[in-house]
Amino acid sequence: MFEIRGLSKRFGGLQAVKAVDFDLAEGEVVGLLGPNGSGKTTVMNLISGVFPANGGSIRLGGRRLDGLPAHRIAKEGVSRTFQLVRLAPSLSVRQNVLLSLSFGARPVSGREAERRADEALSRVGLEGVGDARVPDLNYIDQKRVELARAVATRPRLLLLDEWLAGLNPTELRAAIALVGSLRDDGATILLVEHIMEAVRALCPRSIVMRAGEKIADGPTAEVLNDRRVVEAYLGGAAHV
Amino acid sequence: MRPAVSALACALLVAGLAALPLFVGGYGQGVLVGLMNAVVLASAWALFSGPTKYVSLATVAFFGIGAYTVAVLTETMPFGAILAVAGAIGVAVALLVGLATLRLAGVYFVIFSFGLAELVRQIITWFETSVNRTLGRYIFIDLSATAIYWMLLALAVAVIGTRWLIERGRLGLAVHAIGDDEIVARHAGVDVTKVKLALFALSALAMTLAGAIQAPRWTYVEPSIVFNPNISFTALIMALLGGATRLWGPVFGAVPLFFFFEWLSVTMPGQFSIVLGLTFIVIVFLVPNGVLDLAEKGLRKTRGPNAGDARHV
Repeated sequence: MFEIRGLSKRFGGLQAVKAVDFDLAEGEVVGLLGPNGSGKTTVMNLISGVFPANGGSIRLGGRRLDGLPAHRIAKEGVSRTFQLVRLAPSLSVRQNVLLSLSFGARPVSGREAERRADEALSRVGLEGVGDARVPDLNYIDQKRVELARAVATRPRLLLLDEWLAGLNPTELRAAIALVGSLRDDGATILLVEHIMEAVRALCPRSIVMRAGEKIADGPTAEVLNDRRVVEAYLGGAAHV
Repeated sequence: MRPAVSALACALLVAGLAALPLFVGGYGQGVLVGLMNAVVLASAWALFSGPTKYVSLATVAFFGIGAYTVAVLTETMPFGAILAVAGAIGVAVALLVGLATLRLAGVYFVIFSFGLAELVRQIITWFETSVNRTLGRYIFIDLSATAIYWMLLALAVAVIGTRWLIERGRLGLAVHAIGDDEIVARHAGVDVTKVKLALFALSALAMTLAGAIQAPRWTYVEPSIVFNPNISFTALIMALLGGATRLWGPVFGAVPLFFFFEWLSVTMPGQFSIVLGLTFIVIVFLVPNGVLDLAEKGLRKTRGPNAGDARHV
């Protein structure tokens, strides 16, 4: 369904992503792991078109995404959230969701768009706050709005970039359950995450990156015990 | 207000404004032309720069292109046709310039837009002095101040009406999202470049027509008159005072500042630029989001924190 081959990105002298390959099957939820600076977010940014790749290809349902601008990639059915919440604060909560419904994949308008926006908001636990101003919401609710905006268009691929970061234990449990419900509905999700509790709960399979390269890809429990993965997270200490 | 009541109030307002020149003398009609010009330029500036937050100082470039097109084409074709040609040139320049520059963000776009106005002025000055061996041009089009005022009023209605339509639809969501965070807009599926370009061209069209409509009043034009940078600065200050992100903000800023600047140019002509600069500083410091925003915040305090919707007119 989704396929990356030889994906590479260089920033000046830094090779941020080196010839990365992986596939995602329809309905699969995969964790993209690795220490800070390993290239996870760069891969997310390459998929969603924040910047172009220097090499390789990205395909969704056979259609090439690499080289397309971000808005065309969104129209192809790729939605995402950001490491630091990004919303349009001058728009209301509902209008933030309407934005992607109006311009994203299979755009809708009028009452249908309003209904779908409210449906997405209630899905993420924000029923009845559609008219609220974004700056009046707390951090977790702003994250929920971002997720509602991403899922409202019923994307073919959902990219969650540390969506669970910064939550307290109660919020984290609720957030894991929420992402789990998206998985149960058949969404294909690529999840960048540092919280292993969440990765274990949500991702049967994980891919691990280090210094721009893919170093492991397989069932999450096995991958997390892989010697190279332990080394990547703990450095040389893993040997002693 | 209910839509029917709002529409009736707007129709009565326009009818009242249209009747105004019939009740005042020549001086009053001249003031009305200036006032309506201020409303058009401030509203046209805010049409693009308000929601997108791309601060443009190119207002006078388009205004001057409009006036100069009339000066060049005077007596060659009917005035309506000249306006159409001027509008087409304004839009063409906006599209050309927009394609090259709307990728620039923040201060770079401000500097570029200011440079564009100066560039157009210098090119016309060079062409007139080097090729035509003259600097100024005479315009012989017989149009009364009242006719010019009515055309400007129609243009103001068109600009404000266009903004209203944009704000009501999905394009309104897109332009506000662009102003907040272009990355968000792009990832929601908005073709940011196309939206910005369309809005820049629409705004430029109104500015060009404002210059073209008023050109017959001057009889004689030269680059220093129609490409005066103060035209860009005053349009910007007027829109900011009222609130550039709101439909009626530019009108609320244009009316008091027009009369203030008129009074200033009569009483302190030598210090006009100094007071203009001071006014700019005071507005940016005291009412950065405009007086309408200030009034609304006051209202929200009295009604409670969640009163009203996030995007307003």
